Amino acid sequence: MHARADASDTAPNWPDDIFATLQRFDVRQVPYVPDAGHSKLIQRVLGSSTMRGIPLTTEEEGVALLAGAWTGGQRGVLLMQSSGVGNCINMLSLIPILRFPFLTLVTMRGEWGEFNPWQVPMGSTTQGVLELSGIKVLRASNAAEVPAVLEAAAAQAYNALTPTAVLLSQRLIGAKVFTR
Amino acid sequence: MSKANLLDRRQVVSALLANRKDVVAIGGLGASTNDITAAGDHARNFYLWGGMGGAAMIGLGLALAQPKLPVLVITGDGEMLMGMGSLATIGLQKPANLSIAVLDNEAYGETGGQTSHTSAAADLVGVARACGITDSRAISTMAEVETFAKTVHDLSAGPRFANVKIDSASVERILPSRDGTYIVNRIRGDLGFQPI
Repeated sequence: MHARADASDTAPNWPDDIFATLQRFDVRQVPYVPDAGHSKLIQRVLGSSTMRGIPLTTEEEGVALLAGAWTGGQRGVLLMQSSGVGNCINMLSLIPILRFPFLTLVTMRGEWGEFNPWQVPMGSTTQGVLELSGIKVLRASNAAEVPAVLEAAAAQAYNALTPTAVLLSQRLIGAKVFTR
Repeated sequence: MSKANLLDRRQVVSALLANRKDVVAIGGLGASTNDITAAGDHARNFYLWGGMGGAAMIGLGLALAQPKLPVLVITGDGEMLMGMGSLATIGLQKPANLSIAVLDNEAYGETGGQTSHTSAAADLVGVARACGITDSRAISTMAEVETFAKTVHDLSAGPRFANVKIDSASVERILPSRDGTYIVNRIRGDLGFQPI
């Protein structure tokens, strides 16, 4: 069981903003490894008639899937947690080689009031790993800036083929609280 | 390592692609991508020179985007073992137009012929079936290969998986283009998509 700290009592609206942006950019395939921070967005995707949510066993599958989707004419977005970025590293080499539009939305762990020390090493290197892999990194730290950051990220990923990751900070999603 | 009556990889791939029509073929990293080239370069061939473990997932993304097209992934046992979780992902999505053929020589041929897990323990047909790909078959004859090649065009009954036991002999390297952007854009162009 876990509750959320530093988040409002009502369900947040920023996942709806993300969903609306993805819809406007005609995103069709949404591979994901579940994360609590993505749960509302995943629900919206699974309820959508135009998007297909695709659960993965590991995040690197999603990178390869998006390459195939683009070859077949569809855009996609990869949803994952910061730990998953580490699982992707070699598969990220497909992005500059095949030059397909790549957008990933990464919910952050290991920062801003983290309880679990095991999350900290990968959370601390997530941005560096992405940048070393040739991916531009944008960050959203509060709900108000989510729409503008998503718009910019989707525009540069899909229009300019600039591989882009949006880090959804733990401050935005709320640090996971471990209670009985 | 060599066993009697194993199939020749080039003959297998030639038979899989002999009457390919509108098939999009994806060749996994290693000798499989060369086998596809040897069967004849084609605008709908997706040659992989990297991204080990990703061939089946590229096939899934393509198959979901183009449900009216047969998509055939041809890869090796080592490449499939690295992406084994993707069989579970495919088993869940059940794309009816996706077929996967593994050329199983029970070895990592490109790196010196080290034995792979399929030589002694791993049963990829069992894995695929247990992941929900109910049409999963072990193939040991050319007649079975030819039957499988026909079913690839049946867009109502996939996904399907075949593990084809092949000879581990090295064959002549016939190399496709290494330019990934060219490869992707050539397929996209053939499917009617414009450059961005």
